[in-house]
Amino acid sequence: MALTTNYLGLALNNPLIASASPLNSRLDNIRRLEDAGAGAIVLPSVFQEQIEAEADQVSARIDAYAESSPEAQSYFSGAIANPYGMGPDSYLDLVRRARAAVGVPIIASLNGSSRAGWTDFARLIEQAGASALELNMYHVPTDLLESGQVIEARYSEIVEAVCGTVALPVAVKLTPYLSSIGHFADQLVGRGAAGLVLFNRLLEPDIDLSAMKLTDRLELSEPEEMRLPMLWIAILSGRTKASLAASTGVSDVAGVVKYVLAGADAVMTTSALLRHGVGYISTLVGGLRAWMDEREIASLDDMRGMMSLLRSRDRNAYSRANYIKILGHYAAP
Amino acid sequence: MSTRTTMDGNTAVAHVAYRVNEVCAIFPITPSSPMADVADEWASAGVQNIWGNVPVVQEMQAEGGAAGALHGALQSGALTTTFTASQGLMLMLPNMFKIAGELNSTVFHVASRSLATSALSIFGDHADVMTARPTGFALLCSASVQEAHDCALIAQMATLESRVPFLHFFDGFRTSHELNTLDLLSDADIRAMIDDNLVRAHRARGLSPEHPFIRGTAQNPDTFFQAREAVNPYYERVPEIVERAMKRLATRTGRPYRLFEYDGDPDADRVLILMGSGSETARAAAAALRTAGEKVGVLQVRLFRPFSVAHLLAALPEQVRRIAVLDRTKEPGGAGEPLFQDIVTSLAGAVARGERTTMPHVIGGRYGLSSKEFTPTMAKAAFDELKAVKPRGNFTLGINDDLSHTSLAIDESFQIEKDTVTRAVFYGLGADGTVGANKNSVKIIAEDAGLYAQGYFVYDSHKSGAQTISHLRFGPEPIEAPYLIAQAGFVACHQFVALQRQDLLRVAAPGATVLLNAPYSAAEIWDRLPRPVQQTFIDKKLRLFVIDASAVAREVGLGSRTNTILQTCFFAISGVLPREKAIGYIKESIRKTYARKGQSVVDKNFAAVDGTLARLSEAPVPANVTSQIVMPALAPANAPDFVRTVTARIFAGLGDEIPVSAIPVDGTFPSGTAAFEKRNLSDTVPVWREDLCVQCGQCGFVCPHSVIRAKYYHEDRLAGAPDGFKSAPVNARGYPEARFTLQFYVEDCTGCGLCVEACPETSPREADVKSINMADKAPLLTAERAAIAFFETLPVNDRARVDFGDVRGVQFLQPLFEFPGACGGCGETPYLKLLSQLFGDRAQIANATGCSSIYGGNLPVTPWTKDGEGRGPAWSNSLFEDNAEFGLGFRLAADKHLALALSLLAGLADKVGQDLAEAIAKAPQIKESDIRAQRLRVAQLKARLLTIIEPNALDLLSVVDHLVRRSIWIVGGDGWAYDIGYGGLDHVLATARDVNVLVLDTEVYSNTGGQASKATPLGAVAKFASSGKRTARKDLALQAIAYGNVYVAQVAMGANPQQTLQAFREAEAYAGPSLILAYSHCIAHGIDMRHGMQQQSLAAASGYWPLFRFNPVMRTVDENPFILDSPRPRIPLKAYAYNELRYSSLARSRPEEADALLVMAQTAVTEKYREYEELARRDGSRFHPDARGAVAQPPAAKMVAPRHRDAIQTPGE
Repeated sequence: MALTTNYLGLALNNPLIASASPLNSRLDNIRRLEDAGAGAIVLPSVFQEQIEAEADQVSARIDAYAESSPEAQSYFSGAIANPYGMGPDSYLDLVRRARAAVGVPIIASLNGSSRAGWTDFARLIEQAGASALELNMYHVPTDLLESGQVIEARYSEIVEAVCGTVALPVAVKLTPYLSSIGHFADQLVGRGAAGLVLFNRLLEPDIDLSAMKLTDRLELSEPEEMRLPMLWIAILSGRTKASLAASTGVSDVAGVVKYVLAGADAVMTTSALLRHGVGYISTLVGGLRAWMDEREIASLDDMRGMMSLLRSRDRNAYSRANYIKILGHYAAP
Repeated sequence: MSTRTTMDGNTAVAHVAYRVNEVCAIFPITPSSPMADVADEWASAGVQNIWGNVPVVQEMQAEGGAAGALHGALQSGALTTTFTASQGLMLMLPNMFKIAGELNSTVFHVASRSLATSALSIFGDHADVMTARPTGFALLCSASVQEAHDCALIAQMATLESRVPFLHFFDGFRTSHELNTLDLLSDADIRAMIDDNLVRAHRARGLSPEHPFIRGTAQNPDTFFQAREAVNPYYERVPEIVERAMKRLATRTGRPYRLFEYDGDPDADRVLILMGSGSETARAAAAALRTAGEKVGVLQVRLFRPFSVAHLLAALPEQVRRIAVLDRTKEPGGAGEPLFQDIVTSLAGAVARGERTTMPHVIGGRYGLSSKEFTPTMAKAAFDELKAVKPRGNFTLGINDDLSHTSLAIDESFQIEKDTVTRAVFYGLGADGTVGANKNSVKIIAEDAGLYAQGYFVYDSHKSGAQTISHLRFGPEPIEAPYLIAQAGFVACHQFVALQRQDLLRVAAPGATVLLNAPYSAAEIWDRLPRPVQQTFIDKKLRLFVIDASAVAREVGLGSRTNTILQTCFFAISGVLPREKAIGYIKESIRKTYARKGQSVVDKNFAAVDGTLARLSEAPVPANVTSQIVMPALAPANAPDFVRTVTARIFAGLGDEIPVSAIPVDGTFPSGTAAFEKRNLSDTVPVWREDLCVQCGQCGFVCPHSVIRAKYYHEDRLAGAPDGFKSAPVNARGYPEARFTLQFYVEDCTGCGLCVEACPETSPREADVKSINMADKAPLLTAERAAIAFFETLPVNDRARVDFGDVRGVQFLQPLFEFPGACGGCGETPYLKLLSQLFGDRAQIANATGCSSIYGGNLPVTPWTKDGEGRGPAWSNSLFEDNAEFGLGFRLAADKHLALALSLLAGLADKVGQDLAEAIAKAPQIKESDIRAQRLRVAQLKARLLTIIEPNALDLLSVVDHLVRRSIWIVGGDGWAYDIGYGGLDHVLATARDVNVLVLDTEVYSNTGGQASKATPLGAVAKFASSGKRTARKDLALQAIAYGNVYVAQVAMGANPQQTLQAFREAEAYAGPSLILAYSHCIAHGIDMRHGMQQQSLAAASGYWPLFRFNPVMRTVDENPFILDSPRPRIPLKAYAYNELRYSSLARSRPEEADALLVMAQTAVTEKYREYEELARRDGSRFHPDARGAVAQPPAAKMVAPRHRDAIQTPGE
């Protein structure tokens, strides 16, 4: 049986990808992920503004008292004050070391905040040896004067700029909050995107009522959150030349199977690994294999997209009719 | 091959020393620390010496230890060096005699510095070096950065050949910290100068069991003397060896040096002789005088020991008739200073031997003590004095000695700086980036533009908001001007407010360009200038440029960083380089500096450069003064006379003008002067929401600057309160008519925000609003001044009516430590403030040198102050290394005088009244009410004694104050307690005397810039531990606990203020030695200081810093003396540690090592906590018995065991 799949032109042993998370910042976890059978590993997202903010914070702490006393020109050893290890250095180190440590593809993930940031970092990441690049389009349009078109145009420009800068295959991780995801996805592919990752989760802040403050606790994704990405995977499957990766809500084998059936070339998970540990990826791979075995499906290619819009006999199920049907079936308590 | 570059003297010296040695034994001391710092960093980065190996750099616990380790390494055949200064050199002296006596080849590099006398000074003179004269070290003195670089090698060459150890010295700060252009010796140059045969010979002299011998014997009268004389031939050869080394270096580099360098008229009749950087100054003056036809010259002494009379005579023109010898040191009571004496002796000998026909008239004078300016004008004054019929000896230069009339008059019109040199002076604020930007400009101009450049930086003594003054010179020829700029063609004021307080334009030459960074346009700026400033602009015909750098920074996204902007302004208008070229250099420098931080950072800085050029504009200077703004008085009119006449002049930057007669003769200065220095450092200040406040006292407790004061008072007192004066009903039962006010001294606030973070109360109806919130100060200032003035009319709350046992109560105790110039958000000062609140009116404090002695006692002001009755902490600093002993001395004297007082009282009992005498002798003095009662009795006693006319009564009066229990505190940092002062501290703890030791534990040498101490934790990066400290922090608490008789507490105010308070009170009440280890967050930890107290809390929560108290008194009631006050660790160490750069930086740069260290550190924390838990669980009988009963305690100081643990919690009534 062949679990192999092609994602971004990379041949993966199976469609399970450990998506970007802090877990993947440690080499020992990266090795364990490979041992457990991950098809590929996405490194944690490097946020340009985070790097800059960190650099600014470090500089601020170092500079705040530098050159202000005759007894101390600085209060830090060169190991702290020297920029090494700051900026993209540590991330690029991670890319290099991860590549050296494992055989599976290492996909770097980048979140930029300026045009220059995207392309500069992309180039550095390519030089560091990443197998592919995932652009993480995370943006909350708090500016009420910014239209959807403007945002989409900017995304497109960034994708084009990055794809024009690096020879690496580039996947774009999209937010679901777009007016016409399919159309926009098509545009991005036209600008050079080799793959689409559906979707990015926005980690919205919560309100702490006792302290009257906003909080930012990370909540792991739940299985019910699968349905939105699954919908769009199914809609796009077979209708775009880009690879499709499903992300969000994978908690068990069923989730993996569903995403592949919908048409995903690859299935990403973080929450399941955070819940059950890095080794859980072998459970997911094993479960996928067992499911296929049971149904005597010989290869992933046979299975992929079986339930996509294109191949579905009831296309209306993916459209608004489905929405009406669900509501119709809903029994009021 | 050599390379032109710029660096400071310390780096230039260390560059050579590092390359020609195998071992560096180091300890930080200003101004030599940077040499050790860079050596350690190079070793950490794997930089090799000329033999291709990486020298071992070992930090020691003190300079004495460094000298000992160095001596051992030498005796084992390693090429070894050290770097030191001042008191550090003093600690090395015993070993130096040994090292020299055994003819060990080594070079000590000394950034020479004043020795502490009536005051410590970190600045430069030759007092330290002069004290090393008899050690047997050769003394080689350099005068400039280049010279110090070269002489570092010459000294090494000479010591290897001569076997005589060398002390190579150069002027602290003036040379050690001056940035100047130099030709750097390449490794090949250095390699070529070192003879490996001599290195092998040095190694061969080392101890080895393969060919054993003994060295370091004890000798008797029969041979010791001969042994001292046996070394003479080695010393006789030194001058020739040094001369040869100098010639070899000259052949290679083209830079000639001589033992005695004469520069001047070959037929000079008048000559100045001196050493160090002053020689360059004197040479410049002589050159100008020669141009005017005077026959003068300067003789610079390089090799001071062994003193070669022959070389002196060869260098000094035969016909010189008048000589002034200038010493940069003072030898009180001597026939003259050291160099003077040598010159006189040498010349007299020469005349006596017939080698000279006439004895010149030689006078001696002093200059430049503690980096006092020495200018060409002063050198001229010495030349002029030599023209007098009877030249005055024993003179001084650079001060106004109106007491002994030693000073020579100065002719200020003598200005000799060349027009080809660009001179620029910049006034900045510590940490605003001015100094860093100027260092960068020096590099650009010297290295990119190929000019010669010099940078020298002057700082004031505050740790927060210190003023920095940068003096920059640039020119086509080497800059040999080791003195401040007096006439600058460019003056920049980067902090507009400074212009309103000080006469910054004094340094502006006529026609100079002045740049002001101000939030005003070119059209507005003139009207914003104070009247005298306008006048100066008109009188000196100055050009005025203005930029709102902050606005540019904000616009381009650089936040508050204005350094690039102001640097661009300098290049744009100073004319030092063609504008376009200069801008190109700046951009290139930005590219280099910020490339690693990403293109967007580079782009922002580029935008800043471009934005600057667009916003920089020249403002018109009208013909007439129009301003009504006057310069504010530096001290209020009601300030004490001394403050107005002396302190205020130091505030104004006019300290150099204070005459000798105005300075206290013995280092005694008045308390409470910080209150007069309203520094207005912060634009944002805390504002009180009285409606939300629960009056808990937490904010005032943590305030590092004593800016928050609380009072409660009868509501009737609010009559006459100014508008906006805030108050709230006292929220405690039993005070129906009482009001409570929390007053912020906004002009003294640093804006650190600790109070806001400490405030537990949030508004239930508003988002992110607490009982204290930061707000812009400007709109509040007038009202707050009025509020403070009114607040001060409210009575201070009666100490006898305040609950000392509760943080809420402590807020009503007057701090007798206020407005220290410590870093904003300092973690140390809240503990000192607490100490002052609780015990200040009877405290005597011994303060180890370090941060606390600097913010505590660096002129112009001190935060230690007095209460309304005139009482307050009596504070003194002895040294870094001896503080525990110094404080013990306080106790010994206090105990002795108490015993004497009691004895005299007993003898006078019938005259002063038996009842009173007995009451005084038997008074308990633990609770505040006890103390108040005793004070009343002593006052009564004093009154009665004054009526008794007999010697015993006078004697009793002289010691009567000791009848009130004196609280002796020994305060210092971890560098003192764990390292340099540890031996003394250990001894003092072992004496069972009633002293209280407070260790302000920042876990590094904070004052000298964050070097590792033995308190530095495992895995933390610090200077001298660049790759993370690999050993555990010393458990000083357990060591002290092991004695059994020491009260020990570990506290962290941010984790548990109540426990801190309890520990302080128990420690003080304990009639034996007490030790408090107080976690003090610090800028050197790399934290956001606003969250310092949260970090303390996390330190305790992670188990890294468990809170506990060990009270031996409990043993007397058979209880366990060890109480663990903090709960079991509830967060991992990482959650605390990785908020701090000292830990997290390693995770970035060496992640695997950081991980491994973190695991080890976590294990250590877990195990340590278990150890403490085990202690806390023990049966009381498993501890030392309380043995203090065996030590005679003065009755008044005795303490009875409490009946239960909280018995001493509430002594107030």
